[in-house]
Amino acid sequence: MKVLTANRLSDGIAVWYADGGWAETIGHADLAQDKAAEDRLEAIGAAAAANNEVVDVNLIDVTVANGLVEAVRLREKIRAAGPTIRTDIGKQASPAPARAA
Amino acid sequence: MYRYDEFDHDFVKARVAEFSDQVQRRLAGEITEDQFRPLRLMNGVYLQLHAYMLRIAVPYGTLNSRQLRMLGHIARKYDKGYGHFTTRQNIQFNWPALSDIPAILADLASVEMHAIQTSGNCIRNVTADHFAGAAADEVADPRPYAEILRQWSSVHPEFSYLPRKFKIAVTGAERDRAAIQTHDIGLHLKKNAAGELGFAVYVGGGQGRTPMVAKKIRDFLPEAELLSYCTAILRVYNLYGRRDNKFKARIKILVHETGVEEITRQIEAEWQELKDAELKLPEADIQAINAYFAPPALPDRPEGDALVKQARLDSRSFSEWLDQNVVTHRHPDYAAVTISLKGIGEVPGDASDSQMEAVADIAEKYAFDELRVSHEQNLILPHVARADLKAVYDALVEIGLATANSNLISDIISCPGLDYCSLATARSIPVAQEISRRFASLERQREIGELKLKISGCINACGHHHVGHIGILGVEKKGTELYQVTLGGSADENTSVGEIIGPGFSSEEITDAIEQIVETYLGLRLNPDERFIDAYRRVGPAPFKEALYAGETKAA
Repeated sequence: MKVLTANRLSDGIAVWYADGGWAETIGHADLAQDKAAEDRLEAIGAAAAANNEVVDVNLIDVTVANGLVEAVRLREKIRAAGPTIRTDIGKQASPAPARAA
Repeated sequence: MYRYDEFDHDFVKARVAEFSDQVQRRLAGEITEDQFRPLRLMNGVYLQLHAYMLRIAVPYGTLNSRQLRMLGHIARKYDKGYGHFTTRQNIQFNWPALSDIPAILADLASVEMHAIQTSGNCIRNVTADHFAGAAADEVADPRPYAEILRQWSSVHPEFSYLPRKFKIAVTGAERDRAAIQTHDIGLHLKKNAAGELGFAVYVGGGQGRTPMVAKKIRDFLPEAELLSYCTAILRVYNLYGRRDNKFKARIKILVHETGVEEITRQIEAEWQELKDAELKLPEADIQAINAYFAPPALPDRPEGDALVKQARLDSRSFSEWLDQNVVTHRHPDYAAVTISLKGIGEVPGDASDSQMEAVADIAEKYAFDELRVSHEQNLILPHVARADLKAVYDALVEIGLATANSNLISDIISCPGLDYCSLATARSIPVAQEISRRFASLERQREIGELKLKISGCINACGHHHVGHIGILGVEKKGTELYQVTLGGSADENTSVGEIIGPGFSSEEITDAIEQIVETYLGLRLNPDERFIDAYRRVGPAPFKEALYAGETKAA
């Protein structure tokens, strides 16, 4: 299972493609369950990069737990949450917590 | 310290305007990311895991209070209230928006700072001994030469597209505090028998995936030939350095593959064409730059001895801080102070906006407005009257920066690692924090004595692990973090690269392993004066391997 992630051009903040736009949290990102869906996400990412909305677009491996998308690799878990050493900042600091480790 | 002249002001202003325009065009979609990336990198803007990162140059680690105050202001206004001082004597901000960077650069320019050449395949910030100008053991202040190199290398047309990045470090003392032998060019400022100033020149040092100790290719280069000789080195590198493989592109590989004798011959041959010509530094120019670095007038303050003596009796913690974080100054009534950015359990090198402002105030009030950033990620007050040490200490206690651990095991160098960096393969800061907490007792740390522990979160070695007495390298193995330990590295005048001691450790095991190594050292040292590195050099890895792995069959 994969989702599409990138960093927003204007401020560099990590974002995930969800529901026709770019969300600041990973939890409800659009899932690609097969190759065709991955290709579709990739095309969306390429178009968004070409349209100067985002940079550094990637498909990443995820799982779903309790109805929420979670990244598989530690690197992506940290991107989705914030620095593990400063839980007061980054996405983990906002109301819906998503701690990396 | 160095003040911008008209040319510098115009140059930096023009660059701010140029890059601001490039940022606007990028945000407006007029240029693509592929076009923009090299432009932003030339101006210190990286893209990391969470956001952009801005790396600001602190030339040879020298700052005044106005500049540090501005860094505090930038941290508060444009970032998340803190900054990270790096092993290259620079500062990084982890969260700036691209759209704010023109304003940040304009603010920096107003205090004579910038982010030019903090990235890219060019000559990077020239680093120097953080006690330069204050150290009792130096023959001369190395910073004027670092400044000459800065001026020469800034947007140098011939050396802006080198095979790879290029780092130069300068020291003015026999005791090397600038790690010159780990740089592409290391310069040791010294005097010859006739009392003339010149440099021992080292080439081809570096860390990363292929650590190399620099080779001395010249024992004495007259100071006037600094630029002609560096140009000769850069020309040989620019011509023959590999461009086909990023991992083999640094000059250390060229030196290694060509051989010291042959590369020295090539450099000397090139230099014959350049010496005694237009690159020869006129004495008047050297003097003019030297004048910028004229030390502050240090009035005699003989009352310091009695005051320090009394304050020691009154406060044990002050006394410990004095022993650990205060070093001898060339003027007997003064001292140089290390402000530890390594509080127990804190993030090495991080300082908050209000800490930066408070330190700036202390420097202004007690230290002739001078500050340094050390490559060991601490701040330095180079000139403090001994009579004012207690007041400085008290002010540092108030802002939580009086940890008395300079050169001890908790004075850890650590790169940002996987908590921030897009190149990292493992986290490094949490490992530093846990080790720091494990060895929190100052008494225990002092019992252990000088011990340089350095941690990198990937093979690029920004955390200098290769030259740590104890080095830790974090890698990713089968999806988890694994920490390799090296022992016996050193970055001083006896530079050595540490040896991997054996199979790596998980994040749960690494602190225990470090403690085991330290206990082994304590058990085998000849006496408390035998430092860890000296003991390791005497006994080698065997006792440490035995302690770590005996009876274990561990997977590599």
